[in-house]
Amino acid sequence: MKTFKMGGVHPEENKISNNAAIEIMPVPAQMVVLMNQHLGAPATPIVQKGDKVKVGQLIGEAQTFMCANVHSPVSGTVLKVDTCKDAFGLIKPAVYINVEGDEWMETIDRTPDIKRECNLEPKEIVAKLKEMGIVGLGGATFPAHIKYSIPEGKKAEYLIINAAECEPYLTSDYRVMLEHSEEICTGISILRKALGVPNAYIGIESNKPEAIRVMTDMARSFEGIIVEPLKVKYPQGAEKQLIQAVTGRRVPSGKLPIDVGCVVSNVGTTFAVYEAIQKNKPLIENILTVTGKRLPSQHNYIVRIGTTYNDIIRHSLGELPASTGKVISGGTMMGKAVANLDAPTVKGNASVLVMDENEARRNPETACIRCGKCMNACPMGLEPYLFSQLVKNNRTEEAKDHNILDCIECGCCFFSCPANKPLTDEIRLGKFRVRAMMAAKR
Amino acid sequence: MNLLNISGSPHVHSDESTKKIMWRVNLALMPMLIVAIAYFGITALLISLISVASCVLFQWLIEKFILKVDTTIWDGSAIVTGLLLAFNVPATVDMMWIVVIGALVAIGVAKMAFGGLGKNPFNPAIVGRIFLLISFPVQMTTWPQVGGLFPMELLTDATSGATPLGIIKEQGVSAGLPQAWDLFIGHVGGSLGEVSALAILIGAIYLLWRRIISWHIPVAFIGTAFLFSGLLWLIDPTTYVDPVVTILTGGIMLGACFMATDMVTSPMSKVGQLIFGCGCGLLTIIIRNWGAYPEGVSFAILIMNCITPLLNRWCKPKRFAV
Repeated sequence: MKTFKMGGVHPEENKISNNAAIEIMPVPAQMVVLMNQHLGAPATPIVQKGDKVKVGQLIGEAQTFMCANVHSPVSGTVLKVDTCKDAFGLIKPAVYINVEGDEWMETIDRTPDIKRECNLEPKEIVAKLKEMGIVGLGGATFPAHIKYSIPEGKKAEYLIINAAECEPYLTSDYRVMLEHSEEICTGISILRKALGVPNAYIGIESNKPEAIRVMTDMARSFEGIIVEPLKVKYPQGAEKQLIQAVTGRRVPSGKLPIDVGCVVSNVGTTFAVYEAIQKNKPLIENILTVTGKRLPSQHNYIVRIGTTYNDIIRHSLGELPASTGKVISGGTMMGKAVANLDAPTVKGNASVLVMDENEARRNPETACIRCGKCMNACPMGLEPYLFSQLVKNNRTEEAKDHNILDCIECGCCFFSCPANKPLTDEIRLGKFRVRAMMAAKR
Repeated sequence: MNLLNISGSPHVHSDESTKKIMWRVNLALMPMLIVAIAYFGITALLISLISVASCVLFQWLIEKFILKVDTTIWDGSAIVTGLLLAFNVPATVDMMWIVVIGALVAIGVAKMAFGGLGKNPFNPAIVGRIFLLISFPVQMTTWPQVGGLFPMELLTDATSGATPLGIIKEQGVSAGLPQAWDLFIGHVGGSLGEVSALAILIGAIYLLWRRIISWHIPVAFIGTAFLFSGLLWLIDPTTYVDPVVTILTGGIMLGACFMATDMVTSPMSKVGQLIFGCGCGLLTIIIRNWGAYPEGVSFAILIMNCITPLLNRWCKPKRFAV
């Protein structure tokens, strides 16, 4: 079975919510929509206090290159255009909407019929992705219209669909594959057309045999879609690792997938692409997992983007268990700990993961015994222990020379360190310093 | 409700710890201890206990009264040093006090003076052993003659016998050497832990299975020693020892599997480990054949420990894409 060649770990999978069918979460009474839910500059709000908005109406416009449109996920009246603290405590521009009813834009096709045919030209597809505010839902929230505009002189040869879902706990991609395989395959066909590539490969880890079966069956009725079962190994779903697993190609340091002729898209994104292109539905909903070992029930939901963490917790659990120690947005390996549960969810949020107090504590740090486990675990072939020393001693230049910027922050080093050294934290700090140093030199 | 914890990812850990590693190494050393007690009886048991107790005690004293830090004796690393030190001395009654000096050098000089676990450039047990070998040359090379299993009387040098390597050094290879099979299961004289290659292999296989050591250093060490001594043997079988006997005698097995593989003092990358192992093998055979001492394993490892930082600098892991 295919996989990436170097490093990697196998954390406990904990896919405890994989049997929970996707439910629809009700719309909350008030909604806060952040203007930067994507990589790049924030969108510019184009509504004012008192304006009436409908579901799917454009409220934040992308006015710079690296930006994405933001649409209203609810209908109602704009209360104010202000700022809001996001889940990690950063202040972001936001539009506050008082929800009134659930009135959708007339252009959006809300029928359950599945439309396979797409007559748009590649350029029109990309333009529509931009109009609908589609961003990559695998975590980086990279604006899709930029990814699918292949720069001059480069050529896409492979479209790779990331359905590895190698993160522990997350099951939203799995559920979407089981429940919406036809829409996903249609979305993949549209992206294949936009890029003009002969084949698209769906990489699925072998711990999801049901998804492999469903997708393989569905792919038979489509042209040029190949399901590629992958060995279970974290970080299989990291872009460079997935490209190597599927194609054998290696993205060089500091380069992009397109430099080796590859475009990678998350499977959740292909579903959003289908809805945007075939149903005129902008990106206003997330599919996310509500899970945790100690929770009484496990869920997968379709949630309007902007629903707060507290709204989600209240609806699915009533309240957090008293023993809660940490709430994570994303999986346990790369997810971020949520600091503000009153914050709205944004595009690309994949989970609300509740960890118990005792799971949330780190073990005390001890001395490095130079066992080399961090080095063996690193999927990029770096030396995490060395970065730890260099960063602690402020030797930023040397950290850069040892390619600290190649680090993908997958967390394998910290995960495997017997001395419990917070290697990933130290490397993150080091990368920050290296970038600052490079910016200062420029 | 409690306040939520905030930290960077990852939010889970493999549950590996230094403590677990060290206690597993201790477990892996148990077959050797059992064999040692079977051959040398109560003497071996007492030497091991005294060695371990003094290593732990010295570490505790230094941490409490000199460094004034929280004690780390429970991580089990001082016990590893104590056992390895005991395994590197002959099972005579004199060793019961000499080994205490070895423990002081191993823990005090080789380990704690550099800052404790993880900071020491040299393997503490080897430093302790070499200190004893140089300071007590007679006692350290006087091997008890044993007969029968689990001897209950204390072994003194009055009943001393010779080790295969000692015989070779003094009388040449033509003298009656033990059979390879006897060497393998442990029917020969020698230091406590060196007598049975089988017991060492059982421990080594456990460590390999637990991924505490990798095959690179032991295979490179033993392989190089085998090939180099085999080459010499092919050139002149009357002067040089048969390679099978070479790798089964003295401390090659114990050194390759337990001393050279010490995480702290060996290189981290696989290539570095291979070079390290080859260097140990080469130096061991050179010292055995042309050096003043019959045995060269400890010196070989100590010398290679010196270049470990260089190997860490030169032998980088292969990066994902360059």
